[in-house]
Amino acid sequence: MSPRKIVLRFGPDISDKPVIYRLVKDYDLLVNIVKANVNPQKEGTMVLELTGEQYDRGLEYLRSCGVIVQDLTQEIVRNEEKCTSCGACTAICPTGALHIQRPEMVVCFNSDDCVVCQLCVRACPVKAMEVRL
Amino acid sequence: MSLEKTYAEINAKIKAGKAVVVTAEELIQIVEEKGISRATREVDVVTTGTFAPMCSSGAFLNFGHSQPRMKMQKVWLNGVPAYAGIAAVDAYIGATELPEDDPLNSNYPGEFRYGGGHVIQDLVAGKPVKLRAISYGTDCYPRRQLETTITLSDINEAILFNPRNAYQNYNCAVNLGNKTIYTYMGMLKPNLGNAHYSTSGQLSPLLKDPHFKTIGIGTRIFLGGGIGYVAWHGTQHFPAIQKDSAGNDCGPAGGTLAVIGDLKQMSPEWLVGTSYLGYGATLSVGIGVPIPLLNEEITLYAAATDRDLYAPIVDYSEAYPNRQPGNLGYVSYAELKSGKINVQGKEVPTAPLSSYPRAKKIAAILKDWIASGQFLLTEPVKLLPGPEAGLCGKPLHSKE
Repeated sequence: MSPRKIVLRFGPDISDKPVIYRLVKDYDLLVNIVKANVNPQKEGTMVLELTGEQYDRGLEYLRSCGVIVQDLTQEIVRNEEKCTSCGACTAICPTGALHIQRPEMVVCFNSDDCVVCQLCVRACPVKAMEVRL
Repeated sequence: MSLEKTYAEINAKIKAGKAVVVTAEELIQIVEEKGISRATREVDVVTTGTFAPMCSSGAFLNFGHSQPRMKMQKVWLNGVPAYAGIAAVDAYIGATELPEDDPLNSNYPGEFRYGGGHVIQDLVAGKPVKLRAISYGTDCYPRRQLETTITLSDINEAILFNPRNAYQNYNCAVNLGNKTIYTYMGMLKPNLGNAHYSTSGQLSPLLKDPHFKTIGIGTRIFLGGGIGYVAWHGTQHFPAIQKDSAGNDCGPAGGTLAVIGDLKQMSPEWLVGTSYLGYGATLSVGIGVPIPLLNEEITLYAAATDRDLYAPIVDYSEAYPNRQPGNLGYVSYAELKSGKINVQGKEVPTAPLSSYPRAKKIAAILKDWIASGQFLLTEPVKLLPGPEAGLCGKPLHSKE
């Protein structure tokens, strides 16, 4: 089973709870934390890669704790109207999620490979990459 | 004697709907199949295209007169200063101008989210733009301040005038240093982490006429989605034929164009406000130049492929900012487009800053315009200086 990428949002009331520990201990899920952040209001955002048989039950547990769970692919958006296919993002993207299709030289975005490093968001000259975390 | 065609003959064919017009990519194939002589006989016009950030761009605007009249001394458009030291209600908005309250690089690397290039894109998109002006007041122009909203259709004239566009060739930028740098060639990762280049190679207008045999003052072009003209050679027009350390010919370098056109007939698809992290704001411009195949020599140059055209590899961590001469060697556009090059024994991933798909589209649009008879070629009033003119850049010396 290939890992699935999700975005978790924690309110200030639960950001200090060991919910990820529970995912591992109680649901036997393989967890890879791609990105984690707690803001000054104690709200947390986390990007996870999750693998395991009890994936759905794990997500159910998260929701029952009040964690908002979103699919990562909905979070990383390329504004197709704005993108000019210049390519400035492609050598910077560490995973090849943004890459050039040859010989057409068109820039393609494969959100499954994206790890939300957000380098592209800042590097895109026409601000076509939008991260909605 | 080899074939010689004239502009008049080609225009007559365009008017009759009989001209054979192909893109520079298509010409390459035709020449490979049929050779230079047959290609010259069979093809009349070759179209080129480029779409990339072109900093030396801007627009002259005439706002019309307010009541009471005002000699606009200082002008801002959406908070971006425009140069108003021209005439009472004329201003020039430059692509790289930034709002006065922009944090610039104080929060390094700065984002430069909005600048003159974005104002131009907003104007050409028909969006309302805030105009603010101040003045000292005169007997004939008593008004001292003004705040209003304009749109492109509200104002009298809007003339795109770009003093330096369509660079013939450009550096392939790399970073030999040990920290990420933020340049006008994009974000360059340390220790040769990536290499960026910025021309459309075999589609790029001035790479296809390296000796300026057809491009000159008055050449009618595709500019920003409308029709424009070559006004002059651009600033820093230093055409030359590059030679590597072994003396091999590495194709042309250094020519530029000054271009002019009516902003009102252009499109936000081809004039796009652009930001470079840690560097600044600018405007991406779409330009397409038609090249008439007047003789075999012109065909030969116009059929140059990505394998024949080279960019110098330049270190932007040390050599470029300190104006150190020389380079790290030359690399062909075929190699650059492959996605990786070899620099100092290391495999380095490459990426363009110039959109090849858009360059292709420009060449195709220009081809359609000419083939359908709506765009005739102009014979230049005067050709631009070519490599034989020996123009080269003067360094600026700081004097005590």
